[in-house]
Amino acid sequence: MAPLSHYLAVSAILFVIGTAGVLFRRNAIIVFMCVELMLNAVNLTLIAFSQFLGDQTGQILVFFVMTVAAAEAAVGLAIVIALFRNRQTVDIAKVNILKW
Amino acid sequence: MSIFDILFYLFAAAIVLSAAFVSLSRNIVHAAFSLLFTFLGIAGVYVLLSADFIAVSQILIYVGGILVLIVFGVMLTNRVTNIDIRAAIRSRIPAFIICAGLLALLIAFITQAHWIRYDEEPWKKTPWGKNAVEQVTKPLQGSVREVIDQQGSQGTAAEIGKLLMSDYMLPFELLSIVLLVALIGAAMIARQEAVQKKRPLSPSLPTEVSQ
Repeated sequence: MAPLSHYLAVSAILFVIGTAGVLFRRNAIIVFMCVELMLNAVNLTLIAFSQFLGDQTGQILVFFVMTVAAAEAAVGLAIVIALFRNRQTVDIAKVNILKW
Repeated sequence: MSIFDILFYLFAAAIVLSAAFVSLSRNIVHAAFSLLFTFLGIAGVYVLLSADFIAVSQILIYVGGILVLIVFGVMLTNRVTNIDIRAAIRSRIPAFIICAGLLALLIAFITQAHWIRYDEEPWKKTPWGKNAVEQVTKPLQGSVREVIDQQGSQGTAAEIGKLLMSDYMLPFELLSIVLLVALIGAAMIARQEAVQKKRPLSPSLPTEVSQ
């Protein structure tokens, strides 16, 4: 079985890819997908630790993260759709009505 | 190298490549479909980590729910004639520095830290570790994979169900309220402006009624 550090490395790379997407991209939906990537990276870490420490609690945490991610997906996409309806754009650089 | 290792590295390569495609692709529809392979690859790694229930949940929730929502979002916000489908790139240098620094930090931590296993001393002594070691190594010594190979897995669903209904009862119930509130909120935010300002009745009355 591959050592724990390999699982963690995959997870770290996935997390950094998600961070890069959030930082580099301006399309709100792409940013959204990259947030999901980051959540998945964290889930992968939790499952890997859960397995290598022989404790099921990590899987409960992953279950909770997944549920919160589902709620976040629903609310986030609703916001994106409302934004698109009002501003005709999903470019987060153009959404600046809350900026001072 | 066992078949599990080969599978793991295959899944890892699939995850990283498809995630990079999600993050870098110029075409948002391609990115959404690439995300599918990332989610499936992660579900595969969960199976290799003998987390069967979570793997199935991953496919059900992420592939069946969140990905479908995202594709809906893509379709609803992306007109076919809309050229602004491409995502632009802004302020690359600070973003690149942040990403490179984060990656270096994480990899340094992962390679330098001493990660203990369930059967090592400091973890064994903690109350959780004691339970874990009893759970895992009561019947047999060896890694979880070897134990499963020798006596077959009962699956993790029963264990997770017991934990959810005992130790994690309150978070579990709170989560259902979170989901309910989030879904009601999403429906409120995303619906059309059905409650437009009530117009005064008299000017908008149809002519035949006013006659």
